[in-house]
Amino acid sequence: MSDASAATAVLKVDAMTKRFGGLTAVRELSMDVPPGALYGLIGPNGAGKTTIFNLLTGVYTPTEGSIHFKGTDVAGRKPYEITKLGVARTFQNIRLFGDMTVLENVMTAHHIRSRQVLLDAVVGTPRHRHEERETRDRAMELLKIFDLDGVANEGATSLPYGNQRRLEIARALATEPSLLLLDEPAAGMNPQESIDLMKLIGWLRDEFKLTILLVEHNMKVVMGICERIQVIDYGKCIALGTPDEIQKNPAVIEAYLGGA
Amino acid sequence: MSTTRKVLYFVVTIGVLLLLNQVFEHGVGDFQIRGYEARIVSLIGIAITLAVSLNLINGLAGQFSLGHAGFMAVGGYSATYVTVYHGQQIAGLIGSSLGEVAGAALVMPISLAVGAIAAAVAGLAVGVPSLRLKGDYLAIVTLGFGEIIRVIILNIPAVGGATGFTNTTPIANFFWIFAMAILTIVIVANIRSSTFGRALSAIREDEIAAEAMGINTTRYKVLAFVISAALAGVAGGLSGQLFANPLNPQNLNFVKSIEVIVMIVLGGIGSITGAVFGAATITILPEALRDVDRQFPGLRMVIYSLLLILLMIFRPQGLLGRKEFSVNWFRRRKAPLAPASTGGGADV
Ligand SMILES: Nc1ncnc2c1ncn2[C@@H]1O[C@H](COP(=O)(O)OP(=O)(O)OP(=O)(O)O)[C@@H](O)[C@H]1O
Ligand SMILES: [Mg+2]
Repeated sequence: MSDASAATAVLKVDAMTKRFGGLTAVRELSMDVPPGALYGLIGPNGAGKTTIFNLLTGVYTPTEGSIHFKGTDVAGRKPYEITKLGVARTFQNIRLFGDMTVLENVMTAHHIRSRQVLLDAVVGTPRHRHEERETRDRAMELLKIFDLDGVANEGATSLPYGNQRRLEIARALATEPSLLLLDEPAAGMNPQESIDLMKLIGWLRDEFKLTILLVEHNMKVVMGICERIQVIDYGKCIALGTPDEIQKNPAVIEAYLGGA
Repeated sequence: MSTTRKVLYFVVTIGVLLLLNQVFEHGVGDFQIRGYEARIVSLIGIAITLAVSLNLINGLAGQFSLGHAGFMAVGGYSATYVTVYHGQQIAGLIGSSLGEVAGAALVMPISLAVGAIAAAVAGLAVGVPSLRLKGDYLAIVTLGFGEIIRVIILNIPAVGGATGFTNTTPIANFFWIFAMAILTIVIVANIRSSTFGRALSAIREDEIAAEAMGINTTRYKVLAFVISAALAGVAGGLSGQLFANPLNPQNLNFVKSIEVIVMIVLGGIGSITGAVFGAATITILPEALRDVDRQFPGLRMVIYSLLLILLMIFRPQGLLGRKEFSVNWFRRRKAPLAPASTGGGADV
């Protein structure tokens, strides 16, 4: 693989394989995600989509293959290192910090951009106070975008399901990523909420200059906003193209109708 | 709080502590504090330092440590050793340049600093290997560590071995005990309301999500653990240099660690005021039940255990839960139609 191609793509995955014992969850998968793309990743249940996210974010290490983010090889790096490089994610099974408030959840994520030193906090220096205020203000700004500023001081898990998903996106954005991975953000939302979310995702991409990788079962959402879609089945890529191409692809139709 | 306000608070606190120390040691007029009461108050102060520092790792970061007595022992023996064997040297050295009074007064903080550093180093040695792993390895490793420390101390004649470290000078007074308790509270409270504290809470709530937020979970856990250990070391240093309270390896076994855990569980894991309350209660309770014990030997422990079982059944989150006790509670209660649920302090 040439370094030039790794540099043009924000994310470049090359022949990535992940085996759990005898089970191959991801099989020689390659991806090429250009900057600013809204890239869809779809496939039947158990296809390996979440596993791909876990590989990209360092939760798992690929058994084989490489992952380049903005030209840096990140395969096998620790999740927090990858986040620092500018990759953020949400979780399919919501993972909010339950015993913390909505605001604290977002403030926590701003952590990595903080210049605070522990001693500043212990002594309570002016620098520390200033940073706290700044972190709080930024978190509130993000919450406003998601219409969550009104519940900033509520417990995170006291929110309705749909809002918890939106809070996870807000929290991910607080790490100031350039690549955002969303794992079924519309799951559990009603049709209207899904449509609103779809619009919001598109807007966020433009506003924050993001590249977005989206896993979603709601085909309306996926076909509506993604420019490029990759279809996974049994850990393998079976199709790659525009929404129109994907909808007409016989292998995809077979996987969805024949599978399930 | 502005910097001038902070300096002001600092000076006033020192002043008040010195004043109380004077009352404590010499009384006012006819009012004298008896040795027995003075001892209980001192033990409460030390217990506060222990409980609040343990709360940093067990309550805030959610990592279950069973080794607080071990760190208390490391810090306590180191600090006491410094005073016993090098105290005069230190006093003389400082005394020659700063005056005799300063020389004598500074032996205590220097010994405590040594104790804190020794305990911190032990914390680092225990924390790095065990906190890298996910799961409850820390509980097992700290339990083993505490016992190893105890056995090592038993075999060092210079610090008294099995008979305890008895040939000490009692220089731990009211001032130092409560200065350290307040310092511990301030450190833990400030950490909690900082980026560092939020990172620790995040680790407690969901380690995978915390990592995804860019938090180096191992580093933060180790850091919290080391700070917690250092403060336990300070408590040990105070305890070992308290009047007629020699350090003894038999009293610093895992039962002591569990006692400190009971303190924070009672007060509400994660709550600083809860830990203070728990520390006071668990220190006083056995004393209060001593009379009962005289008539019915063994009943004391039965009552003690029963109280804890009742607590676990009716208020498993501890008396205060994660909340902090504050005067605002009473104000809120007075307001019409205020929800009564937040004032969870009183209902046991
Ligand atoms: N840690 C693990 N250990 C063993 N097997 C795993 C592990 N994680 C995932 N798998 C397996 O890998 C396969 C892919 O799972 P994955 O969760 O990635 O699917 P998915 O495409 O996200 O499915 P869904 O649409 O249901 O979310 C499944 O067969 C799953 O059981
Ligand atoms: Mg999934």
